[in-house]
Amino acid sequence: MTDSCDSSTLRPWAQRQACCPTFEPCIEVLDLTVAYDGKTALHRVSLDISRGCITAIVGPSGCGKSSFLSTLNRLSDLTPTCQVSGSVRIEGQEIVGQELNLITLRRQVGMIFQKPNPFPLSIHENLAFPLRHHGMNDRQRREEEIEKVLSRVGLWEEVKDRLHAPALGLSGGQQQRLCLARALLLSPRILLLDEPCSALDPLASAVVEDLIASLRGDYTVVIVTHNLAQAKRIADYVAMFWQVDGAGTVIEHGSAGTLFDSPADPITAAYIAGARG
Amino acid sequence: MFLSRSDAITLWTLRAFAAITAAITLLIAAFLLLESGPALQSPGLTHFFTDRAWFPASATPQFNLAPMIAGSLLATLGALLIAVPLGIAAALFSRFYAPPFLALLFRRLLELLAGIPSVVYGFWGLVVLTPLIREWQPPGQSLLAAILILSLMILPTIALLSETALRSIPQSYLQGAAALGLSRHSTIVGVALPAASSGIISAVVLATGRAIGETMAVLMVAGNIVQVPDSLFAPVRTLTANIALELAYALDGHRAALFVSGLLLMALVVVLTALSHWVTRESQHA
Repeated sequence: MTDSCDSSTLRPWAQRQACCPTFEPCIEVLDLTVAYDGKTALHRVSLDISRGCITAIVGPSGCGKSSFLSTLNRLSDLTPTCQVSGSVRIEGQEIVGQELNLITLRRQVGMIFQKPNPFPLSIHENLAFPLRHHGMNDRQRREEEIEKVLSRVGLWEEVKDRLHAPALGLSGGQQQRLCLARALLLSPRILLLDEPCSALDPLASAVVEDLIASLRGDYTVVIVTHNLAQAKRIADYVAMFWQVDGAGTVIEHGSAGTLFDSPADPITAAYIAGARG
Repeated sequence: MFLSRSDAITLWTLRAFAAITAAITLLIAAFLLLESGPALQSPGLTHFFTDRAWFPASATPQFNLAPMIAGSLLATLGALLIAVPLGIAAALFSRFYAPPFLALLFRRLLELLAGIPSVVYGFWGLVVLTPLIREWQPPGQSLLAAILILSLMILPTIALLSETALRSIPQSYLQGAAALGLSRHSTIVGVALPAASSGIISAVVLATGRAIGETMAVLMVAGNIVQVPDSLFAPVRTLTANIALELAYALDGHRAALFVSGLLLMALVVVLTALSHWVTRESQHA
């Protein structure tokens, strides 16, 4: 990535187009339908997501944004009543409706949740345990990786003296950064963020948001957010979800510049103007 | 604090009930102390551990409770060694591996097992289990029989309570683990068991209390000979069985000595409870 893409300085979305100049599909979603117990939550969504960019999924509650996200790493499998049909290709690999190695998929596609969910273990163990599980048995290397990733999320200075303290004793913002560190540790190529800042206070939220913005270029980021201002600040592409006939679907998507500047759909225009939703 | 009339009524009713509950516990402890008082004064507490034998009704009475304490502790420990791994494994199976209908059926069966009266366990042990053990190694009525019966009786307690503890782990932990690509096995070992540990520990403590306190079933299969067992096949007498067997004809000093057994049982349970609180607190701080 070039210097002009240094997104730690938050610049208006319109000037940021240089950061993701070309659209290279990384995730291709075609006619994706999600139903719970026969009730359709998401209806025929088609959406391509560009590699190395930040794509924001916006829209009111209950229009299937989180359901959409959870199909991208097959976390929807955890909900027995959830049926998914259609096609999702990640780097060309179809992941819907077939047997595949979920462990490999989920290493490639990391996820952060709305409520920070560190395990009830020590800060150190929260990171060491997944590494050990994924076969990194060299203690020395593990410690290096842990320090590196904690520095990456700006947590190292804050926790280096209490690595063995319980992770649940950290503040909400620190917990969320720890969760991000835990996801980054497995070197995913894609990160799914489900309203990662909405359970945090404004200051912590700003820190996490800057961190997310800094992921641009290194990771393909898909972020669900209720916060339009946040989407404007960090997104390269935006997909607008809306409930149509009781099921969520994408009513408009495109570059952040186009969507925020000159939305084609009147609902999008109204939502962005703050008139609806 | 301002209380409306109905709040005040509720508050005082609840206070009264809470006071009754607390008072019952205190009264039982006081009663045990009072009744065992004569024996604690003469011959004195140390005699219960240093006397030559248990001859409570002879002209020169001997009050050694050590064989009964050994019997109770060994039977309980043995039962825990069998029932804890089995119970936790059963809980893990039901929570993480069994299909929903099977898990439900499994839980119902465990609940049924927990509801069987102890005399039925004892009866079964007497007519089925002890003859089997006798064929293997006479006399049959033995420490082993007591251990096996107790294992059966505390297994459902451990399995059901552990299962509840595992079920009440926040879904977010399991989601987080799945999102990290952790296998089910790693999720269980690394996340679920640590998260449920305090619940599982209380399950084990409750089961231990039940095993130590169990009287009838153990009395029917253990053989009840006063001796420190030299093998699994030797008959033993537990503290509880001792009380049940002798209280009917015990007088004076003998009677007071039996109350000392009761006091010891209660002390054991208090120590256990304290231990479990301590362990739970430690595990939460870890």
